[in-house]
Amino acid sequence: MTTVSSAEHTRRDFLYIATGAVAAVGGAAVAVPLIAQMNPDASTIAAGAPIDVDLAPIAEGQIIKVFWRSKPIFISHRSKKEIDAAKNVQLSTLPDPEPDSARVKAGHEQWLVVVGICTHLGCIPLAKQGEYEGWFCPCHGSAYDTAGRIRKGPAPKNLLLPPYKFVSDTKVQIG
Amino acid sequence: MTTQRILIALTLAASLGAAGAARAAEGTPVPPAQKWSFAGPFGKFDQGQLQRGFKIYKEVCASCHSMSLVSFRNLAEAGGPGFSEAQAAAVAAEYKIKDLDDKGEAIERNGRPADAFPAPFANDRAAAAANGGVAPPDFSTLAKARTYERGFPWFVIDIFTQYQEQGPDYISALLQGYKEPPKDFVLPAGGNYNEYFPGHVIAMPPPLSDGQVTYDDGAPQTLAQYAKDVTSFMMWAAEPHLVARKRLGFQVMIFLIVLSGLLYFTKKKVWSAVH
Amino acid sequence: MHGNSTYQPQSKIGQWFEKRLPIGGLIHSSFVAYPTPRNLNYWWTFGGILSFMLGVQIITGIVLAMHYTPHVDLAFKSVETIMRDVNYGWLLRYLHSNGASMFFIAVYIHIYRGMYYGSYKEPREVLWILGVIIYLLMMATGFLGYTLPWGQMSFWGATVITNFFSAIPGVGETVVTWLWGGFAVGNPTLNRFYSLHYLLPFVIAGVVILHVWALHVSGQNNPTGIEPKSDRDTVPFTPYATSKDGFAMVAFCILFAWFVFYLPNYLGHADNFIVANPAVTPAHIVPEWYYLPFYAILRAVPDKLLGVLAMFGSIAILAFLPWLDTSKVKSARYRPLYKQFFWLFFAVCIGLGWLGAKPAEGIYVVLSRILTIYYFAHFIVVLPLLGIFEKTRPLPNSISESVLGSKA
Repeated sequence: MTTVSSAEHTRRDFLYIATGAVAAVGGAAVAVPLIAQMNPDASTIAAGAPIDVDLAPIAEGQIIKVFWRSKPIFISHRSKKEIDAAKNVQLSTLPDPEPDSARVKAGHEQWLVVVGICTHLGCIPLAKQGEYEGWFCPCHGSAYDTAGRIRKGPAPKNLLLPPYKFVSDTKVQIG
Repeated sequence: MTTQRILIALTLAASLGAAGAARAAEGTPVPPAQKWSFAGPFGKFDQGQLQRGFKIYKEVCASCHSMSLVSFRNLAEAGGPGFSEAQAAAVAAEYKIKDLDDKGEAIERNGRPADAFPAPFANDRAAAAANGGVAPPDFSTLAKARTYERGFPWFVIDIFTQYQEQGPDYISALLQGYKEPPKDFVLPAGGNYNEYFPGHVIAMPPPLSDGQVTYDDGAPQTLAQYAKDVTSFMMWAAEPHLVARKRLGFQVMIFLIVLSGLLYFTKKKVWSAVH
Repeated sequence: MHGNSTYQPQSKIGQWFEKRLPIGGLIHSSFVAYPTPRNLNYWWTFGGILSFMLGVQIITGIVLAMHYTPHVDLAFKSVETIMRDVNYGWLLRYLHSNGASMFFIAVYIHIYRGMYYGSYKEPREVLWILGVIIYLLMMATGFLGYTLPWGQMSFWGATVITNFFSAIPGVGETVVTWLWGGFAVGNPTLNRFYSLHYLLPFVIAGVVILHVWALHVSGQNNPTGIEPKSDRDTVPFTPYATSKDGFAMVAFCILFAWFVFYLPNYLGHADNFIVANPAVTPAHIVPEWYYLPFYAILRAVPDKLLGVLAMFGSIAILAFLPWLDTSKVKSARYRPLYKQFFWLFFAVCIGLGWLGAKPAEGIYVVLSRILTIYYFAHFIVVLPLLGIFEKTRPLPNSISESVLGSKA
């Protein structure tokens, strides 16, 4: 008698669990579109696609600004002097220590690509100004060097590096 | 070179938005508190002053500054400069408004009272390009968008004194704040030195000077008077229902005080049973 | 809800209806016959004031929504249209924007009153936690609403706040992109914020019903912190509490009207009269005043993730207050030491609020850290220990004795 009843219990438990599990899968499936709809839509993704920038027209010593995902991106064609200045820095003296080699792509040391938003409060720094002749933020006086590293002022971090790669020697893809 | 120009533009624009913080850092003087007819619980705009201010806007400011949220019809509305509807229509007719004709061709027609003040430039970028890289700010809400740091204890006292005129005080001071820069001050190209502007470098050249605008009502044609008149006008443009607001406020206050008094005695009566 | 079954409608129709849906009895037992302690002071009127403010915000909000356009190109303009052209639009808009601040003034008084008189203690723990949930929902609603006018502070405030979630390790960036519906705060963000800003007040209203329900189960606390023992300790809600609440509500409206009509922009920020511009940052991004203490805590912690955790923790810790406070005595009246620590805590919160409005540099950061540590210490160290070491004053035998005693 007892064994029969426990076997029935097992079978019934299985039915309950199976029913519950299938219902739960259905519930989870309904959640997918509800959550996914909040992700960037197709047009936003298209507008935020990687951009190609032709580097050929940028003369040595010049900095251009492009927009990617509505953020300003600075592309600096650094002179020998600027590269040397960036390399000859005691890393321990930096607020956010990073060697110059980590700021650029190997073999393309003359090109520095950074997000042009001050890491302090998001103002847009001025190129080739300030004590370290990299960037200078007019809002609160943060000074960045020729590798976009913070050297002085309230900003906590170096200028961010956007994701990018060299498609060829004269073309870079940002994104 | 355009990059550099955009950078300067963005910088100046950034510093425009940067009223409070930079001010404290650089020892900018506090704008002197002026007497405004629209201050305080019974404040009203002075119609003559608004009309003079409008004249300055029309003859001087409007060549660079848009005022796109204000329409010609507003000039004839209650609590404003007190123009008649005919006068407002006449002002509108002086302006050319872009429109389309029946064939869809772009045309320019005379303004009507329902039209908003047309902008002096086609768009923001054109405005920036024509003005050394910075688009002159729109006048519609400017008087409320400018302020200066009041600091403790003023910000507490202001609640009781109803001081709300930081914007007008600042703008009026700014218009009169152009000076020769101090000797050690490096003034960037395209910048002007202004005592009251945060960071002191303002893109706008001194806009007003003594005798520049002719007044018909005998008011003094001085920079101080111009600054005050145009600032009042800007305050009206930013808050056109200010007079109605303060008037209704007084009525509401009376009502609430009477009602709370009645409720207080009702409450006392009710509670007298248990005390 | 308070087992009062004596209610009997006078009319035949009323009786017919009451038999099918006893809503009259519910209202009668909850808001008429409901016994309230006879010694409640004016600090106890803020519950009613808060219900009133929720009503004001919902009604003004619904009518503003009839004129508002949630689009990045039109939002600022549509708000200005409300201010300029919509009939009484300026009034409705100023009522709504200042109403948010009044709502928070009232909720802060309500919370401090609960803390002072120990209203969170047994048997009111669930009532208190529901209150913390309402407060959190209010903060979310206020933040979402501040984004809608699409001024500079709207935009940059939204950017800063949504970036809190980027501190989540591993998936932070993904979560933020999901919140934004783009790669920066933009049109999708504004649209969903509008949708949620419309929704949340009704969620608040739902939790308020639970809050009032829980209140009516346990009954109100009172300035003595001892529970009513007999009918002599209580008075019926109507007319006693209703008349007192009514007076307090209208008095509160005087303050409200003072801001709406005479200082409508005092509690706002001038930068929000500049249309949002993603390319230009305001030099000094400050949240609305009611978030400032938490903003100070956020910035006091040098690590981003820990800062965000500290900020949320500073609110979450309130939910544990019933168990962190180990004292059996509720009211600060009979807790001489707690009374002092309460005021110190109050001063620390004001101090944090002041620091939240200051730039995060120099002495301000140091002060923020000290006050942040004290804020948490109040809950984690002071309250548990006070309950053990404090020598409390003798409690009166009953509410009526305390009232009549103080009269004599």
